[in-house]
Amino acid sequence: MSLLRAEQVGKTYGGVVALDGVDFDVRAGAVNVLIGENGAGKSTLMKILAGVEQPSSGRLLLDGQPVRFASIREAAAAGVGIVFQELNLCPNLTVTENIFLGRDLTSAPGVSDKAAERKRAREILARLAHDIDPDAQVGTLRIGEQQIVEIAKALVDDARVLILDEPTSALSTAEVEVLFRVIGELKQAGVGVIYISHRLEELMRIGDYVTVLRDGRLIDSKPASEVSVAWIIAQMLGDKARDRPRTAARQAGEIVLSVEALSLPRAGGGLLLDNVSASFRAGEITALYGLLGSGRTEFLESIYGARPAKGSVKLNGEEISHLPLAERCRRRIRFVPEDRQRDGLFHNLSVGGNLGLSRLIAFAKAGVIDGGRERSAIGEMMARLGVKAASPQIAIGALSGGNQQKVVIGRGLMTGPLVMLLDEPSRGVDIGARGEVFDTMRALADQGMAVVFATSDLLEAQAVADRVLVMAAGRLTADLPLEAATEAALVAACNPIEAPRNMEPAQ
Amino acid sequence: MTATTSTAAPIAANGGWLALVLKLRALIALGVVLAFFSVMAPNFLSTANFLIMFKHVAITAILAIGMSFVILTGGIDLSVGSIAGLGGMVAGALILNGLTIAPLGVVVYPSIPMVIAIVLLLGGLAGFANGVLVSRFKVAPFIATLGMLYVARGAAMLLSNGATFPNLTGREDLGNTGFPWLGAGTVLGLPVTVLVMGVIALVAAFVARDTPFGRRVYAVGGNERAALLSGVRVDRVKIAVYVISGVCAALVGLVVSSELVAAHPASGETFELSAIAAVVLGGASLSGGRGTVGGALIGACVIGVLGDGLVMMGVSEFWQMVVKGLVIIAAVVLDQLQGRLAAAGKA
Repeated sequence: MSLLRAEQVGKTYGGVVALDGVDFDVRAGAVNVLIGENGAGKSTLMKILAGVEQPSSGRLLLDGQPVRFASIREAAAAGVGIVFQELNLCPNLTVTENIFLGRDLTSAPGVSDKAAERKRAREILARLAHDIDPDAQVGTLRIGEQQIVEIAKALVDDARVLILDEPTSALSTAEVEVLFRVIGELKQAGVGVIYISHRLEELMRIGDYVTVLRDGRLIDSKPASEVSVAWIIAQMLGDKARDRPRTAARQAGEIVLSVEALSLPRAGGGLLLDNVSASFRAGEITALYGLLGSGRTEFLESIYGARPAKGSVKLNGEEISHLPLAERCRRRIRFVPEDRQRDGLFHNLSVGGNLGLSRLIAFAKAGVIDGGRERSAIGEMMARLGVKAASPQIAIGALSGGNQQKVVIGRGLMTGPLVMLLDEPSRGVDIGARGEVFDTMRALADQGMAVVFATSDLLEAQAVADRVLVMAAGRLTADLPLEAATEAALVAACNPIEAPRNMEPAQ
Repeated sequence: MTATTSTAAPIAANGGWLALVLKLRALIALGVVLAFFSVMAPNFLSTANFLIMFKHVAITAILAIGMSFVILTGGIDLSVGSIAGLGGMVAGALILNGLTIAPLGVVVYPSIPMVIAIVLLLGGLAGFANGVLVSRFKVAPFIATLGMLYVARGAAMLLSNGATFPNLTGREDLGNTGFPWLGAGTVLGLPVTVLVMGVIALVAAFVARDTPFGRRVYAVGGNERAALLSGVRVDRVKIAVYVISGVCAALVGLVVSSELVAAHPASGETFELSAIAAVVLGGASLSGGRGTVGGALIGACVIGVLGDGLVMMGVSEFWQMVVKGLVIIAAVVLDQLQGRLAAAGKA
């Protein structure tokens, strides 16, 4: 029985067809999986179902009755809740305040009932098996914790239809398990869950119905029991489907970057990085595998000079740990941040503007930017990375996640780096484009660059890297060549037993 | 704070102490200013002087409280000084000339409560116009309220062709006496102006802290898109904060003209700057989302006390401006320091 139904829904943005007459059924008490590459129209369909956007054609039926959601409020009132892929929280408000924003509990008309809200927030967080302080400011939480708050926000409404857009992208394995349990409970309660993710094994595990979109069109819709991963990939990619053979690990070159005894204190005591030493060779791709909070991001950022870590960082033998970030950049270390939207892109600039930013000095003649030179360099880079954009002049926001990621990588490449540090380069990038991002990384390594990327995806670490470093609780717990980087070895290294703790001075 | 490892302990302790000082800087600044003038200016510590000072503070404080709602959403309201000027002039015109109802050819003299209501309504309307420009027409707050600054000031001038409305005592026979009470009256020994400020501050602090509306104001300033996607009617919140600011400005216009028992069309010039300075001194961020009503109140006290103290010390008006400017700059520098400390704490 279909709880919410989209019938022949279409959406056009200024002449561009994003959705082309799509039918989609949300069944009650089931996980309705929606898959497709970025740009396939998933997000548009979700926004229409959640009232963020209105369809250009077609209609929505709720319990068989035609409905129109003029705003997200109307959709919420009808019982349709959504958790967005990008975090939408107010960093200056507390966890409780964020959860109840727009749906306040009041003790008298116009007066917030803070005690009741806090109590309810605690209950919901407990249901999500999290001991996040309801009074903590959201801006002080880690991204994974913020994601939990996002989910808590959706749960507070007792939604009948709950849309989850890549809810696990920032969660650790344990947190994902909790989320799946909650999804199971919601199913039991008859909630129709719409689940979007790029992690196919997740979809296979919890999905009840699978719907595939491609290029704004409905390709197929089937019960999950009748589909396989191979089928999903084939449907998603269409003609684009192809094997991606794993290239053999190359012979690594000289040590380019070496880090010794890097430590970074945590505010309020403890260490974010605890005496980390490692070296990286030219032509080698190193995966830095670790769960959320393991220190992988802090490690990369410390190498780049974005955090005031103590210890030695040497680039080709030259000590650079005392140098500020800009100087390290000039010595050709480049960093691709995890949160692309916030830290990686200039939304006010075009695709070309985003790419060319790192090389403006080189494009300039007597302090004036030589437009021709800039254009040709940008054009070359776009071709080299296969950035899919109609022209360098279009807005960066118009590109899919994968292409935006290529632009951020390309900006770094403009300077011909020796070391490329990438933090979760596949976050928010669909599977098809993920392969391309990884191919790009491989190509860079083949050209003699030292490539280091942080990831929380086990398969990704195994599939892309020549060597895997594992971090847990700010320490480096394993340094494995690809052959030794088995699932068991990586998981074990992520959960070091009490042994290393004994090395700490007694408290 | 308890630190878990020996190496981190001193850092945490230092950070905690410094953070506290920075957090309470407005209060500390107020203490320093008060202590300084107590020593430097004779008679500064007298009750009489404090009552006078608080009446001055009240003007900046009422504006700053209204302004703080606007600034919390990430906006700014440059029009408050002009709206105050216009409010005073409208009150003056209503008291002296009454309201001419053209088709009937009669002149009606509204009672003082009516005058106050009309002026406050007018301030609210000017704020509403600001809010609509900012939220519906997406005009940058700086520009929208700069426009209103000129419009309101021009309108104030037009009302009297630039002349002052004197002697706003009203006439028994017209039933509109009592206007000076607002600026000069006392209740239980406290000036009415100060009581009005106190009531407004309490209500505003409650609204900001304990109501859904207040929380939405913070949310809009913290992350407008998140607020929108959480179902907050961002447009309405923005309009509301400019209305609040406009009403506060009109109230200040009434207070000032009542104190002087006269309305001058240039009255209220540069008031907006003192109000913004007070809000910033009180720890608010001009990018929105951070700040409190209490902070704005303390900021207004610092500005007011500083001004009066310097006058009592016989410091020239020009030096007063320099000192005020330096204090404001110092406040923002400290704010940045605090932000950096908080960021370091997060890392």
